[in-house]
Amino acid sequence: MQSSESKTGTVLAVLRADAGDEATVAAAARLAALCGAPWHAILVENAHTRRRGEAARLRTLELLRHAHARGAVTAVLEGRDAPAVGAAYARRHGCTTAVLAREHGTAWWHVPFVRRLAQAAPELDLVDVAAPSTPSVAGPPARARPAPRPYLAATGASLATAGVALPLLPLLDVANVAMLFLLTVVLVAIRLGRGPAILATLVGFCSLVIAAPRRQYDVSEFKYAVALAVMLAVGWITARLTSDLREQAESATGREARTRALYEFARALSVALQTEQVFEITRRFLARTFDARAAILLPDDAGRLRWPVADPASEERAPVLSVLDMAAAQWAFDHGAPAGAGTPTLPSNPYLYLPLLAPMRSRGVLAVRVPDVAALLVPERRELLDAFAALAAIAVERVHYVDVAQDAVVRMEGERLRNSLLAALSHDLRTPLTSLVGLSESLTLSRPALAAAQMELANALRDEARRMSTLVANLLDMARIQSGGVKLNLEWQLVEETIGSALRACRWQLGGRSVDTHIPRGLPLVRFDAALLERVLCNLLENAGKYTPPDAHVTIAARAEEGMLVVAVCDNGQGLPAGRADALFEKFVRGRQESSISGVGLGLAICRAIVEAHGGRMRAFNLPDSGACFELRLPLGEPPPLPDPEHHHHFTDQHEH
Amino acid sequence: MSIESAAPVALIVEDEPQIRRFVRMALEGEGWQVHQSETLKRGRIDAGSRTPDLIILDLGLPDGDGMQLIRDVRSWSPVPIIVLSARIDEADKIAALDAGADDYLTKPFGIGELLARVRAALRRQHKAGGDASARIVFGRVEVDLNKRTVQRDGQPVHLTPTEYKLLSVLIANLGRVVTAPQLLREVWGPSNADNGHYVRIYMGHLRQKLEDDPAQPRHLLTETAVGYRLQS
Repeated sequence: MQSSESKTGTVLAVLRADAGDEATVAAAARLAALCGAPWHAILVENAHTRRRGEAARLRTLELLRHAHARGAVTAVLEGRDAPAVGAAYARRHGCTTAVLAREHGTAWWHVPFVRRLAQAAPELDLVDVAAPSTPSVAGPPARARPAPRPYLAATGASLATAGVALPLLPLLDVANVAMLFLLTVVLVAIRLGRGPAILATLVGFCSLVIAAPRRQYDVSEFKYAVALAVMLAVGWITARLTSDLREQAESATGREARTRALYEFARALSVALQTEQVFEITRRFLARTFDARAAILLPDDAGRLRWPVADPASEERAPVLSVLDMAAAQWAFDHGAPAGAGTPTLPSNPYLYLPLLAPMRSRGVLAVRVPDVAALLVPERRELLDAFAALAAIAVERVHYVDVAQDAVVRMEGERLRNSLLAALSHDLRTPLTSLVGLSESLTLSRPALAAAQMELANALRDEARRMSTLVANLLDMARIQSGGVKLNLEWQLVEETIGSALRACRWQLGGRSVDTHIPRGLPLVRFDAALLERVLCNLLENAGKYTPPDAHVTIAARAEEGMLVVAVCDNGQGLPAGRADALFEKFVRGRQESSISGVGLGLAICRAIVEAHGGRMRAFNLPDSGACFELRLPLGEPPPLPDPEHHHHFTDQHEH
Repeated sequence: MSIESAAPVALIVEDEPQIRRFVRMALEGEGWQVHQSETLKRGRIDAGSRTPDLIILDLGLPDGDGMQLIRDVRSWSPVPIIVLSARIDEADKIAALDAGADDYLTKPFGIGELLARVRAALRRQHKAGGDASARIVFGRVEVDLNKRTVQRDGQPVHLTPTEYKLLSVLIANLGRVVTAPQLLREVWGPSNADNGHYVRIYMGHLRQKLEDDPAQPRHLLTETAVGYRLQS
C-alpha cells in the first residue's frame, strides 16, 4: 500500500464490480478512519462491467450499501471511460486519495486501470490494494454457466452456412465464401450475443480449414490463409461490436421505458385534485411498474403518521402495516431520509419507506413492498422509485394547496358576508337608537320647559337610550372579535391620551363619582388600537358606575413594569364577590346573579378579548381594605424613533423682551 | 316673511325621518330655517338651489356616497358641512374631513354636542371673512398670535418651535377637529406621513404645559383614531 498518512483529504474507493471490491471498500474505510477523513465509494458502470453479470453487480451494490452504512458517500456512475469518470468525480468532490484493487489476469494489451486512472488524474494519490485473484467464494459470476441453447444455435447456423458455402468453394473465391460466414456471424451476434458469435466464427474458421484444398506451397494457399485470418479477426471484432451495440440498445430501451413510466405517472398525477386520487394513481403505477404494493402515509397535525385508510376497491393490493412498520415510516418522515428494505436504516423491514419531500416540507411517507428486495439495490430502480416518490410528493403538496386555496376562498367569502351582515346590523340598530337619544334630549330641551317629574323621566329616557347604545356597541364588538374579523389598527400611543379620551367619552357613566388619575410622566409609547382600548376603559368605567355606591371614588393608574404596561381601574366600593374574580371575564357572567342592575355581562368579556388580541392579559382582584381592581397588561414593544430633539432654547422667550 | 328670509338656512341630508326630526327641532330652536333632503340626489339639488349656510350630511345614505356631495359642494362653496357617521367608521371620518367637511358627529350624538359643533363652524366661517383676532383665550391660557407668546395664568409658558407650530394649527381650526395626518403634514411636512406618534408625543407635551390635568384635558381634546380638537 502506498502511504498517504500525511494527507487527510477525502478518500475515494473505486469499485469495478469484480472480486477486488470487498478489499477496496475495507481498505478505504480503514484509511478514512485512520486519517479521520470523509470518504466516497463509487462504481462506474459500462458495457465492460455489465459483462461480469448481474450477480457480481448486485454484490458490488450491496458493498456500496455497506460503505454507505459506514459513513461513505456512494454513487453509481455511468461512463465508457471508467478512469476518466472516476477522475472527474474525484476532482468534483475534492478527493485526494483513490483506493482500488490490483487487477489479475488481464491480457497483455490491456492497460491496467491504475495506470489509466493515474493518467486521467495525475494529482490523485493512488492506493493499490491486494485482491484475491480468483472470484471469492461468494459465488461464481453469472456467465460461468452460460445457457447452452444460443451456443448450439450458433454452431448450427455456422454449420448450415458451411453446408451451403463449401460446395461453392470451387466456383467462388475463398474470400467470397468467407464473407458468407461473416454474414452468419453478424446475424448470430445480433440475435444471440457475443459468445455465440465468437463460437460461430470459430466453427466457420474450422470448417474452412478442414475444407481447404490440399495443395502445397501455392500462391492460392497463402491467399487462403490470409482470407481465413482476416475472417477470424473481422468475425471477432464484429461479435464484440455488435454485442456492445445490442447492450446499449437494451439499456436505451430500459431508459426509455423508465422515462415513459415516469411521464405517464406525472401525466396521471397532473389531473388529480384530491389526495385519494393521488393515492390511487401512485398505487396503480407502482403495481404496474414494480409489481409492488404501496401505500402513502400522511401525517396528522401533530406530525404523527396516520394508518392508511383501508380502501375496499383495492383491498388485495393494500399493504398491511404493523406497529413496527409504522415506527420505521415515522423515522423516515421525521428524518426526511429513506428507511427500511434496501437502506442502511432498518434493512430487515420488508417495506421501503421513502419520505415524500416536497418543496415546502415533508408531506408524508411512501411505503413500498416489492417481491424481490434485492431489486431495490439496483440504482436505476431506486432512482425510478425516488422519482416516483418525488412526483407523488409534489402532487400531494399541490393538492394540499388546492385545498388551502379553496379554504381561503370560503373563509374570505364568509368574512365578507359576516362583515356586511355586521355593518347592516350595526346601522339598523344604531339608527333608531340615535333617534331615541336625540328625541329624548329634545324633550328635555323643549319649550316651555317640562315640569320637574317629566324632566326626570325625559332625562332617564335619554340615559337609558345611551346605555342601550353602549350595549349594542358591545354586542357588535363581541361579534366582530369572536368571528376573528377584527383588524387591530395598531399605532404607537400615549396611554395618557387614551385614558383622557375614555374619560371624556364615558365620564357620564360614573354619575357623581370622583375620578383620580395617576399617570407618571415619561411612560413609554405602547402599540395598541386606541379606539378598542378606549372601549376597554369605558367598559371598566361603566362597571364602576354600575356596581359601586354613588359616592364611591374611582382611580385610574398606569405604570410600566417587567416589560408590560399596566393600567388599573380601581374603586373603593364593596369589591368583587369572593372567588369569582376570573369567572367575571366569561361571557354572560355577572358578579351578582340576582341583581337589579342592568347588563348582560358582556363588558368584561369584551375587555379581555380586546386585551388578549393585543397580546396582553387581564385580571381582577379585590383591594386589601375595600374595593375592586381591574388590571390590564399590554406588552411594551420596541418604540419607534422619536422626532429629532429640538434645541432647548425657549422659542417664546425671544419675543418677551 | 322678512324675518324668515333673514334667518340662516340649514340643509339636512339624512334618510332617517326621526333623526331629521330632532335635528330640525334643535336647529329651529336656535332660529334656523331648515330644509330637509332624504336622498343624496335631492341633497345635491337643494345644496345648489337653497344656498344653505350650513349642511348636515349623513355619510350612510342609501343612494350613494356622501363623500361625493362634499367634493361637489366644496368646488363652489365654503359653506360649513357637518358629517354624521357611525362609530366604527373612523377611516370614513378622516376621508370626509380631508375631502373638506368641517366637522363630524358620531351616532348617537346629543343635541348639546350638535349645537356646539354648529356654533363652532359658523364662528370659524365668520372669522375667515372678517379680521382674525390676534388673541386667543382658552381656559387659563392666552395666546398672542402677533407677538407669538403663550401665557398661562398670566405667566409666560415656554414652548419649543414645534410645539408652538402645532398649537397654532389647532388655533387656526379652533373648535374643529383636525385629522392627525393633516397635523403631521402641516407641522412636520409631507415626508413624515408614517410618524403618527410625533403628533401624539407633542400633544402630550402641550397638555403637560397647558392643561390643569393632562390626563383629563378640557381644551386639547383627542378625537380617538381621527385627530385633535382645540376647545375654547
